[in-house]
Amino acid sequence: MAENKTINKNIILILFILLTIISFFISVGNGAVKISPINILKAIFCEKDTVNHQIIWNVRLPRTIVAGLVGICLSLSGAILQGIMRNPLASPNIIGVSSGAGLAAFIILILLPEYYYMVPIGAFIGALLTTLVIYSLAWKEGVTPTRLILAGVAISSILRAGINALITFYPDRVAGVVGFMVGGLSATAWTEVKMIFPYALIGVTSVLLIPNKLNILMLGDEIATGLGLKVESTRFIFIILASLLAGSAVSAVGLLGFVGLIVPHIARLLIGSDYRFLFPASIFLGASVVILCDTLARLLFAPMEIPVGIIMSALGGPFFLYLLRRKEGVR
Amino acid sequence: MMGIKAEGLYVSYGKKEILKGVNLKVDDGELISIIGPNGSGKSTLLKALSRYLKPSKGNIYLDNEDIYSINTKKVAQKLAILPQIKNISADVTVENLVSYGRYPHLGFRKRLLRKDKEIVDWAIEKTGLQKLRKRFVATLSGGEIQRAWIAMAIAQRPKILLLDEPTTYLDISYQLEILELIKELNNSLNITVIMAIHDLNQAARYSDKIFVIKNGQLYMEGSPNSIIKNNVLKDVFRIDADIYHDTVNKCPYFIPRKICIKFNAEKT
Repeated sequence: MAENKTINKNIILILFILLTIISFFISVGNGAVKISPINILKAIFCEKDTVNHQIIWNVRLPRTIVAGLVGICLSLSGAILQGIMRNPLASPNIIGVSSGAGLAAFIILILLPEYYYMVPIGAFIGALLTTLVIYSLAWKEGVTPTRLILAGVAISSILRAGINALITFYPDRVAGVVGFMVGGLSATAWTEVKMIFPYALIGVTSVLLIPNKLNILMLGDEIATGLGLKVESTRFIFIILASLLAGSAVSAVGLLGFVGLIVPHIARLLIGSDYRFLFPASIFLGASVVILCDTLARLLFAPMEIPVGIIMSALGGPFFLYLLRRKEGVR
Repeated sequence: MMGIKAEGLYVSYGKKEILKGVNLKVDDGELISIIGPNGSGKSTLLKALSRYLKPSKGNIYLDNEDIYSINTKKVAQKLAILPQIKNISADVTVENLVSYGRYPHLGFRKRLLRKDKEIVDWAIEKTGLQKLRKRFVATLSGGEIQRAWIAMAIAQRPKILLLDEPTTYLDISYQLEILELIKELNNSLNITVIMAIHDLNQAARYSDKIFVIKNGQLYMEGSPNSIIKNNVLKDVFRIDADIYHDTVNKCPYFIPRKICIKFNAEKT
């Protein structure tokens, strides 16, 4: 029976991988010009001068890759945090990623608009700094998940007050920041790919090396200590990793709401809470979900484009409510 | 000396000092009960010995080595703990849980080798969980859950097992079952057991030695016969009791009569 379960989990993982591949071709193949999977492969690997190559290489491919990487980063970040906090409702927002990145981006876009190109780096630093502040405020001879969550809520509300103050004082300059707030992938190019890729790579390799640590940490701090896990340093490293992952995604594409909450959750429902399976599942599901949502965002009202953040939230909200309704069953 | 030893142990929660200079020494193979009223520091003492709470003063020695100077994984290969507060996801099977006990012994890749799998099987058998090994722990009864955690702890192959109130929330038959299991592990594997426990009669029946903690200090230590005495019960637990001898189990037991008035007068 246990063998069967492992086989089932492997099958689910393979399905997730297939889903990612299919999403990739749907996303790259659809738009003003439809391109079949075979022609996509030809355009990428063989042809260099065709229109298809131009479209795919310069426009669609970077965008799809960014969408995939963003999905991977955010859902891994969420999966890590849900484990660290032993709380299924934890998401990158808990450690102040959105509020920190948001405030930094708003300050730049509203007060120093001539430095707009600094937004990604500013947002990234804002996210990481906020995480560190929350972590140190929660520290009192160690950090417990509850204190961390409470400190996160408090700091986030303070930072949001800052965001709202900026919006109130400079209503005329708000237009430029709406895009960042809802999160979108329009006009992403290879620059963004280069920006997120290193973090996604670091994140993926490190979480695939250490899923057992999170499994042990899930048993509670005392048990984990008893099993010889350095609880504090492990938690700190994972939190920083989660912040790096989410921060890099958010700085590239804006505040994409629910990915970090929902994707690890769906993955958990389908494949269970064992991080040896949950991490790879989150990686592939995260990539697929963001790629598909972004394709939807491009196509739904083409040629007009909806920010992918709106699609994510519109689909994510109802799912979140569904989770709340059945929260007793999920843990 | 082989075993675990604490010297002048002080532990505080914030500004509140819970342990105030506890000295104790437990030799290999002993079954020890720690008793004391609520808030006396029993659990805190166990948490300090298990290096979950760092003492503000004093030292803990495991086989004569300072426990904080040894790599925490090395400690985990000798010392297993079962706290009161444990957490488990809904879909962890008994087998999964027990295999986590091998964590401190695993290499970098964290794969279970055949030797580890054999130890997991052995721990499951030792705790009588063969038929339940594929079940989710969360779906088992209280006594079975506790046995699954004990199986995880012995899969660590520890010399010393620390248990914080292992029978709390269990009905009387599960309480006996768990204590019999602990006694059996102590006898057959020579595992040193140190457990905090509230039921004094059970402490008297199962332990080689009892440590009495009062107000964060070691009030007394000794055999069950030397601890289950009227003056101790009065001083520490503020009860009057009639003490008898259980001839079958060869241990003292008592029936509490009433709460002493005297204690209230000296309360500060």
